[in-house]
Amino acid sequence: MLKYANPTNFLALAGRLIPWLAAASALLLSVGLYLTFFVAPDDYQQGSSVKIMYIHVPSAWLGMMSYMVMASAALGTMVWRHPLADAAQKAAAPLGAAFTLLCLVTGSLWGKPMWGTWWVWDARLTSVLVLFLIYLGLIGLWQTIEEPAQAARAAAILTLVGVVNIPIIKFSVDWWNTLHQPASVFRLGGPAIGGSMLWTLLTMAMGFTVLFFMLYFMAIRNEILRRRLRRLSIDAAHAEEKSEVLV
Amino acid sequence: MKQSPLSALFWRELRIARSVGGGGSMGLVFFLILVSLTPFAIGPDLNLLSRIGPAILWIAALLATLLGLDRLFQSDADDGSLDLLLTASTPLELLVLVKCAAHWMATALPLVIASPLLGLTLAMEPASLAGISLSLLAGTPALTMLGAIGAALTAGLRRGGLLMAVLILPLATPVLIFGVSSAAAASGGTVPFHIPMLILCALSLAAVAGAPFAAAAALRARDA
Repeated sequence: MLKYANPTNFLALAGRLIPWLAAASALLLSVGLYLTFFVAPDDYQQGSSVKIMYIHVPSAWLGMMSYMVMASAALGTMVWRHPLADAAQKAAAPLGAAFTLLCLVTGSLWGKPMWGTWWVWDARLTSVLVLFLIYLGLIGLWQTIEEPAQAARAAAILTLVGVVNIPIIKFSVDWWNTLHQPASVFRLGGPAIGGSMLWTLLTMAMGFTVLFFMLYFMAIRNEILRRRLRRLSIDAAHAEEKSEVLV
Repeated sequence: MKQSPLSALFWRELRIARSVGGGGSMGLVFFLILVSLTPFAIGPDLNLLSRIGPAILWIAALLATLLGLDRLFQSDADDGSLDLLLTASTPLELLVLVKCAAHWMATALPLVIASPLLGLTLAMEPASLAGISLSLLAGTPALTMLGAIGAALTAGLRRGGLLMAVLILPLATPVLIFGVSSAAAASGGTVPFHIPMLILCALSLAAVAGAPFAAAAALRARDA
């Protein structure tokens, strides 16, 4: 396992894994979409608009999972100061922001026919919006600090401070009794939704997760290559300077 | 008499904040302007103003606190005294805490004291005035401490000011929620006053306990 902490080994591993992940996510997502549109039943109250759930719920899970992946990488940055952890941290922020935005947008589209409004200031919605804003702040921080190692440590501190928001999101529906429904899959006493709907949801969630890891590996690979390019251009500039001095 | 390093730092910070351009009184003026602009924006309806008065005062306090925060570490980073603090034998976490305490005294305490007066202009009731002062007194330490993390992260950056606001404001949401709800609970309502107030105190205590470590780590990360 430790072998892959070496960026070169990681690049080789990512190169081998990415095609398989791409194929698996394409397969899972097509099966999931087929189940969504042709197998999973319409809700007796919500009609076919319940199918938004199969996009909305996985993207919400992924939005939070990205944060936890990013926080683990942030720990790696703080404890070992490893460049791969820095790259893993930086790559997770835009992905997490994208999934969180997807969750907010699909939730809003679902809310309009069901709740009669695009948006309510409910605890779950607000805390997910805060998660999205934290992602945007982190992306801003990465873009502002030029030196990569310094940016990684600053982002790691902010990421770890922001972790407090994750349990707030998870339990917001239990602590505050508001419009958003409580958890219906991961709860004591087993899932509260029925067979074909549960299977469709889990297939879509698997597809989203595999898609996330494919994109994540690609983003880390890009970040490693970007850093090498930066290193090379700095070295080249130094070499040029030195040769000018000699002449 | 030989002063301890911490009290020496505390008085130094207060002297800097009081001097011209230190920003201590500027925050208060900014607070005053923000509060007096709101009635122009929403109209002089006193019933409406007295209902949303706590929210106006809290938003204004949040922004006024934020305005002064870029000075917390920035001027020290510019003139090199931050490097002296980093190499001092006193733990950096304590130094951060003392700097924040002095900063709070110089910038947030005047807001707390001025808030009932401004509340009067918003036609707030006496119970509500007491509520807003108490909730600001309990909540502004959390704002200062959270802001210290943002100030430490952005110290020495060229475009730090706006970035700091973007980093800190989402994290300040819970403080704002419980601050406004305890101020609103003071003038009657379904929730007893002490429940949001205790949560607000807990937020401040947690911020005072935790934020110095994050801010100190961020200051060390600048040039490690």
